[in-house]
Amino acid sequence: MLRLDNIHTHYGPIEALKGVSLNIDKGEIVTLIGANGAGKTTLLMTVCGEPRASSGTVTWKGNDITQKETSEIMRTGLAVVPEGRRVFSGMTVEENLAMGGFFNYTNYDERLAHVLELFPRLKERYSQRAGTMSGGEQQMLAIGRAMMSNPELLILDEPSLGLAPIIINQIFEIIDQLRKEGTTIFLVEQNANQALRLADRGYVIEHGHIVLEDTGDNLLVNEDVRKAYLGG
Amino acid sequence: MSESIYYFLQQIANGLTIGSTYALIAIGYTMVYGIIGMINFAHGEVYMIGTYVAFIALAGLSMLGIDNPFLLIGIALAVSIVVASAYGFSIERVAYRPLRSSKRLIALISAIGMSIFLQNYIRLAQGSRDIAMPSMIKGGFLFGSPEGSHIMISYMQVIIMVTTVLCMVGLTLFITRSRMGRACRACAQDIGMTNLLGINSNNVIAVTFIIGASLAAVAGMLLGLYYGVVNPYIGFIAGLKAFTAAVLGGIGSIPGAMLGGLILGVSESLTGGYLTAEYKDVVAFSLLILILLFMPQGILGKPEVEKI
Repeated sequence: MLRLDNIHTHYGPIEALKGVSLNIDKGEIVTLIGANGAGKTTLLMTVCGEPRASSGTVTWKGNDITQKETSEIMRTGLAVVPEGRRVFSGMTVEENLAMGGFFNYTNYDERLAHVLELFPRLKERYSQRAGTMSGGEQQMLAIGRAMMSNPELLILDEPSLGLAPIIINQIFEIIDQLRKEGTTIFLVEQNANQALRLADRGYVIEHGHIVLEDTGDNLLVNEDVRKAYLGG
Repeated sequence: MSESIYYFLQQIANGLTIGSTYALIAIGYTMVYGIIGMINFAHGEVYMIGTYVAFIALAGLSMLGIDNPFLLIGIALAVSIVVASAYGFSIERVAYRPLRSSKRLIALISAIGMSIFLQNYIRLAQGSRDIAMPSMIKGGFLFGSPEGSHIMISYMQVIIMVTTVLCMVGLTLFITRSRMGRACRACAQDIGMTNLLGINSNNVIAVTFIIGASLAAVAGMLLGLYYGVVNPYIGFIAGLKAFTAAVLGGIGSIPGAMLGGLILGVSESLTGGYLTAEYKDVVAFSLLILILLFMPQGILGKPEVEKI
């Protein structure tokens, strides 16, 4: 469904991705693990067109989207929960969710009801300003906002970052639930252990290169992965 | 009541009139700054063009034989808003959008260049001398005794204040309630995230320029009728005043722009009434300097927070 071929991405003179290829099939949870600065976020954001890849192609549902505008790409069934959540802190939960469903009118009320069902906490906080909520609630809002566009592929960048273990478990349960409902998921995680257990397949990225690709279970027992990312 | 209180109240009324129009223009500065973080220095020229268009429309309509002042003003206002919006939209398209990803200073220079261009283009097209317009709405409300001490609030002043209030209410409803207004607020907070939600931020920015230009045109028409003259240079000083008002209230804040405009108008009017009219601008810009020194975030603005 999503396919990256030999992607190079630069930040000014720095080459953050040095020829990355990967693919994600419909219905999968694919995770990308790697150390800080390995290029995980860059890879996700290159799919969204921000930053734009300097060479290579991103193919989404058979169309080349490498050079498309970000807002155009994001209207084709992709949604992202970016690093740091980036909820609109001055706006209420209701308004944040409305922004997520901005361009997609069809079945708006049903989608809203579904998101509030997934995250009962958001229903309780419905008219509260997002900036006054806890980190976990903001993360739920960021995921809920992304789901408001009814995406086929949901891209999540470190959804567990900075959250308490109990909240992290909730977030992972939600991700699993979303997959069961038919959403394909591309997950970047520092928390490699939990991510790999959930994922069908995983990629390991180091210094802008994909160094390993395997099923989640195989990566969990892989000696190198254990040493580098799972604490021995 | 004594003479001096009447005199004071008269100055306040005059100040609120002028201040309303500063507030209308200031909103254009503050909304654009709130979203793309640049000062649109060509905004004052849009206001000036709005006045010219209103004058031309009024003259044209009078020649057609329309003599109902409210009909005249209504149509001229609509024409002025449409033309000024087209200018606001085009300015953004031509002078700012191509520079979106470049440094702020470059966009600022482009804005100043656009301002000089528009001013001189109108000078060539319309001549540099004052164009006068006979006052269309005469008379007013008189409080107090007609022979002794009294306050005179002209119908034109009432029209200015009422129109401003209507515009402010309309804008506030638009920003807080409408779908596009919500997108404006989202862009002001995180333009990149807005794009990531599939919303084309370029369209939102264009809408902001159109709203700013429309309000400037309203101010242009109202002030044009109030003073009865227009020349190609009025945009420069009005732009500076409105910019001062926006900074005073807190740049990026819409209620701040409204408040800043009124405070600036009243302080100018009081200076004119109790010192001399020549010091009006001195007071206005001293206020700007003091605010920048001691309260750079303005009255209702939020302090810049470094994002982490």
